Amino acid sequence: MPNMSLTKTPMPEQDPKVRARNFEEVTLGYTPEMAMEEASRCLNCKNMPCVSGCPVGVPIPQFIKKLTEGDTEGAYEVITSANGLPAVCGRVCPQERQCESKCVRGIKGDPVGIGRLERFTADTHRKSGKTAVTKPAPNGHKVAVIGGGPSGLTCAGDLARLGYEVTIFEALHAAGGVLMYGIPEFRLPKQIVQQEIENLKALGVNIMTNMVIGKILSIDELMEQGYEAVFVGSGAGLPRFMGIEGESLVGVCSANEYLTRINLMKGYREGYDTPVLQSKAVAVVGGGNVAMDAARSALRMGAEHVYIIYRRGMDEMPARKEEIHHAKEEGVEFLNLNNPVKLLGDENKRVRAALLQKMELGEPDESGRRSPVPVEGSEYELPVDTVIIAIGTSPNPLIRTTTEGLEANKRGCLVVNEDMLTTRDGVYAGGDAVTGAATVILAMGAGKAAAKSIDAALQQK
Amino acid sequence: MFRIVSKSVLNPSVVRMEIKAPFTAAKALPGQFVIFRIDEQGERVPLTIADYDREKGTITLIFQIVGASTIRLSKLEVGDRLQDLAGPLGMPTQIPEGAKRVCVIGGGVGCAIAYPQAKKLFHDGIEVDVIAGFRNKDIVILEEEFRANSSNLFICTDDGSYGRKGFVTDMLKERIESGVQYDCVIAIGPIPMMKFVSKLTKEYGIKTIVSLNPVMVDGTGMCGGCRVTVGGKIRYACVEGPDFDGHEVDFDELMYRNGVFREREADCRMIAQADSKEGK
Repeated sequence: MPNMSLTKTPMPEQDPKVRARNFEEVTLGYTPEMAMEEASRCLNCKNMPCVSGCPVGVPIPQFIKKLTEGDTEGAYEVITSANGLPAVCGRVCPQERQCESKCVRGIKGDPVGIGRLERFTADTHRKSGKTAVTKPAPNGHKVAVIGGGPSGLTCAGDLARLGYEVTIFEALHAAGGVLMYGIPEFRLPKQIVQQEIENLKALGVNIMTNMVIGKILSIDELMEQGYEAVFVGSGAGLPRFMGIEGESLVGVCSANEYLTRINLMKGYREGYDTPVLQSKAVAVVGGGNVAMDAARSALRMGAEHVYIIYRRGMDEMPARKEEIHHAKEEGVEFLNLNNPVKLLGDENKRVRAALLQKMELGEPDESGRRSPVPVEGSEYELPVDTVIIAIGTSPNPLIRTTTEGLEANKRGCLVVNEDMLTTRDGVYAGGDAVTGAATVILAMGAGKAAAKSIDAALQQK
Repeated sequence: MFRIVSKSVLNPSVVRMEIKAPFTAAKALPGQFVIFRIDEQGERVPLTIADYDREKGTITLIFQIVGASTIRLSKLEVGDRLQDLAGPLGMPTQIPEGAKRVCVIGGGVGCAIAYPQAKKLFHDGIEVDVIAGFRNKDIVILEEEFRANSSNLFICTDDGSYGRKGFVTDMLKERIESGVQYDCVIAIGPIPMMKFVSKLTKEYGIKTIVSLNPVMVDGTGMCGGCRVTVGGKIRYACVEGPDFDGHEVDFDELMYRNGVFREREADCRMIAQADSKEGK
């Protein structure tokens, strides 16, 4: 008999006042009892609408059924048949727009907490210390993966499981991509990311760090070295700025820079050399997950006031609901329907205030969201000493400009067909390098699709 | 990998290190840089490649002791290893096609980066004049190397304690006024030096390339810390530079943006001095 409660079993969290000043994980995960209670809310629908909402097609009702039977290890095997990074996805996927948005239980009440159950399953497996991973027999083919982020890790893992000899070429000093440099420790502990990467290594995936492909080696040279296919998962690149006056003042930086200093470089920790801006009042411009991560990190770095400046309303914000909710609980102040028109500096060229203009919502635009319209004469100064710009990125030019025959669209994103094949034979691509800035799980879906295509192509040879 | 194979002290605050990095050495060209990280706790620090030896598989870095990382780097010895080194990064220097005579100008430790430029051009059969400027005699570096890799070498010191008294711009102006025709000037050094060289060459309409050294974190086109304004537009030094057209660069902006962690750098030097007094 399913549990007919209309609400999700709550997940324990650190107290907002306490956690707003530390980098420990915010949410603490289900206990086995909570997981059992939540798993039993699943109706095990025959047509599985939830699965249709998952970019990597995790057999959701099947893994939840295993949980109701108390078989967490069995549940883990079901998930990992489709998803190589469950501990990550359980934490960072926008479930409310994917699997959980399709859940029948969500028609009346909360949907089943699929993300929380996925996290519970992955965490329980990890804590058990069981490594079910065994290196498959090699099939004699070599594949190169450029970029060790979500798409590259997924592509590499799927191919390695099929017996391919896979090498990941990572530009930074650690693999993980946005999971390492972007998403903060309090939302995704780095130890979990590293554990997932260790699992891939156990599968036989070779990871070479400090390898900026396009500079140290070209794609053509990789192919000359015997790699039969190349997957490009180089990620989103250059941060976008608004193009307003004052953006070059000291104290203005991109969210990528702010977060990289904190997450990848561990600048928040004693003993690490990388400096991080020390701020009293911070304005974060943008309404996505990256903006929330930057704002919540700024609180933890000791800022007294942290503002989110977003030109549209609360309902239009692209961030995960949970991130907005957590940010509010922690004391981030939301200035929606506000848009910076100029940043003001002091005599030392340090930012001292943002000049904001109020906005109101007009007609829906191309994206279907109501477009913001400036309110004339509504400008006012918001005193801040740091401004973090989180309005997106444009793709990194390194691969595109050093590989002949690789076409990109006018935004600089690599062009691929339905098999994730680029305009160059043997070169596949996926993730933000193709879509522009998107989510971890969409990048993973692309890596998975590319692995399937690469396997199909190489098996025909 | 990344083992230090030789080390020498060029002047009290400038150190040269040759590092084993075969992949990087195989591809490096003048104008490009590397990012290094000493250890797990270290920063990612960009340094322009001062020389490379493809056969030995080594690159040479010449650096001034400025902040935490360069203090720590300077304390490493032959046989020690850097944890990470990525590169070559950035675009190689592109001098105008068909250039016959080039003036390479180095200021202070900037000479370390000007040197591979002069060497490559000179070996490509181009007439190379080098103007190297220093505050005083005690900090002159790379004199022999420049002499062996240039058609003419002019050393200037601010106080006249060595070579000609005066700034590199005075020397450059004198050369141009005396009728020497340069197809291109490459200026590498402190920001004010590059600014004033560019100002001068603009008057004479001589193409001028400068190598910028903004703040960087990843160095691969991700953080945007290295953004500079060139010709009124945002450009990213790590992937589009570090060389830019000197006549278009907003040097004043670069100057104040590079000051973002200046207080912290000064703190680090003070701590290091105190440590060395205590014999640490």
